[in-house]
Amino acid sequence: MNMKRKTEAEPAISVRNLTKTYAEGAAGVPALRGVDVDVCGGELMLLMGPSGSGKTTLLSIMGCILTATSGSVRVAGREVTGLTEKELPAIRLAHIGFVFQGFNLFPTLTAGENVELMLDLKGVRAGEAKRLARSVLEQVGLGNKYDSYPSDLSGGQKQRVAIARALAGNPQIILADEPTAALDSHTGRNVMELMRRLAHEDGRAVIIVTHDPRMVEFADRVTHIEDGVIGAAAEPLPPVAEGILTHNYGKAAGLNLA
Amino acid sequence: MPPLARRNLFHDRVRLVVTLTGIVFAVVLIVIELGLFVGFTTTTSGLIDHSNVDLWVTSKHVPYIELGAPFSERKLYQVKAVPGVEEAQKFITRWTQWQCPDGRQESVQIVGIDPDSMLGRPWNVVEGSVEDLKIPDGILVDELYKQKLGVTRVGEVFEINHRRARVVGFTRGIRAFTTSPYIFTSFKNALDYTGMPADQTVYIQVKLAPGADANQVKRAILERVRDVDVVTNHQFSRMTQVYWMFTTGAGVAVLLAAALGLVVGFVVVAQTIYATTMDHLKEFGTLKAMGAPNRYIYKVILTQAALSGVMGYVLGMFVSLFVVRASQSGGAAILLPWQMAIGMFFLTLLMCMGAAIVSINKVTRLDPAIVFKG
Repeated sequence: MNMKRKTEAEPAISVRNLTKTYAEGAAGVPALRGVDVDVCGGELMLLMGPSGSGKTTLLSIMGCILTATSGSVRVAGREVTGLTEKELPAIRLAHIGFVFQGFNLFPTLTAGENVELMLDLKGVRAGEAKRLARSVLEQVGLGNKYDSYPSDLSGGQKQRVAIARALAGNPQIILADEPTAALDSHTGRNVMELMRRLAHEDGRAVIIVTHDPRMVEFADRVTHIEDGVIGAAAEPLPPVAEGILTHNYGKAAGLNLA
Repeated sequence: MPPLARRNLFHDRVRLVVTLTGIVFAVVLIVIELGLFVGFTTTTSGLIDHSNVDLWVTSKHVPYIELGAPFSERKLYQVKAVPGVEEAQKFITRWTQWQCPDGRQESVQIVGIDPDSMLGRPWNVVEGSVEDLKIPDGILVDELYKQKLGVTRVGEVFEINHRRARVVGFTRGIRAFTTSPYIFTSFKNALDYTGMPADQTVYIQVKLAPGADANQVKRAILERVRDVDVVTNHQFSRMTQVYWMFTTGAGVAVLLAAALGLVVGFVVVAQTIYATTMDHLKEFGTLKAMGAPNRYIYKVILTQAALSGVMGYVLGMFVSLFVVRASQSGGAAILLPWQMAIGMFFLTLLMCMGAAIVSINKVTRLDPAIVFKG
């Protein structure tokens, strides 16, 4: 499967004036207030912010899992706001791959079968799916783990299987929710290295929600969100990221962002 | 499709055992209740269904075979004279008293036939023969009632209504619906055992000539013979079945128990399949997040339900066949005709699939954002 993509001029995901208010009592609780974000293919963007800032809500809306209260979301050039719950799965399947904090692998399926599941959803025939699943697992360095069950894999290996599953759908966009949170720092760095390759070498738009400041070095861009409002985000990365990190975590974090 | 349904099902062995136990319980309960219903129904009309008779001439308004009223045997000759009648025979069924060797009295149902005729004969004779009923005082008893009547072997002599009766043979599996066993004997003996006058009969059994039209002969008999009803064998069988199963309420109770089995089975299966689905809710959320349409997830759940149904059915039928076999030597016959076995397969599948719909409703409303929660 050739997943190489070119960085495109049009953003893979474009969010404009997005608001999301959760119904709770008469007033409701605003989670996002007028968010604007563009992420292009070939770009790895970190979405950072404190707990309850709206990161996951934004990720869910960009992933067509949650619908916005108002505003616009364009995925691969298509406006998805206003699509019904029956139409959104097809958008997810066609354009978006998810990587979760808890891996979300199917424990009763082998690593290979977990990847095959995505291919089955895409309508790939069983024999071809098996071949492709093996190929994708090899790409993430787990070619020899095809028949292993998740319970027999380390955390890093599980996350690689989850990434392989997301990749099997050949998505333009990869959305990852705290993908390194359950991993030790060495394994987390390996996973982030893999994510960066997916962006830079394959031309995918990779958006990662994380709390972990050590992951900033892998990002092309860091977008900070707090109380549902996007903070500073600019390029080049190091000064901006430093500013964000200083704002959020302070110098005491002792981070070397150079 | 990766075998998600099968793996989910077999992953938790304890839950699988609970699910299968629920289905097996439901299958066995329904088979036993429906089998009892079929068994009872078949038993009520056994004498008619095995009689080899085309038409029954009865006194007026007889609702079922046990309630026939005697009438003059002269009507037999009038019936014989009707065109289209090949053979006509007198037939008696009446309750009377059996004297056990230990002094107990048991109610029995005398069945009086002509041993030379093929009409109304006992079937499944396993010892002795129908022709042995020509022996004075000869009777045939079913093996099922040996203990009840105190009979051990051929040749033993008993008293029926203070008259001598000699056991000349045994039948196998001829049950009476009531608690009174059938005692087959010659028509002449039957008159003595029941205390009926010699010129009376309770029924006239009619065998039609080849090619004769039953309705035409029936009308002809009614025109020539006064104060009788004429019913076909099938009609009489149905009348007897309907009386015992529905008019008395016995069948309704059995059917209600079968329906209860279905409901209990449905609830148990629904609960276990629902619990299995809840265990895998996050996985279904992941599937949804991956872009799986609802129908894909339904397929997984329904496949789980169908697999459970098939396994539960096979195990349930195995247990049921054991129970059915054991019942053959017991007081109540549980029948499991092949049509019922096939129907039960579809009923089990329907029950499991229906139970799965409860889970499907839950998954349909599942928010895929669940995947981001921890």
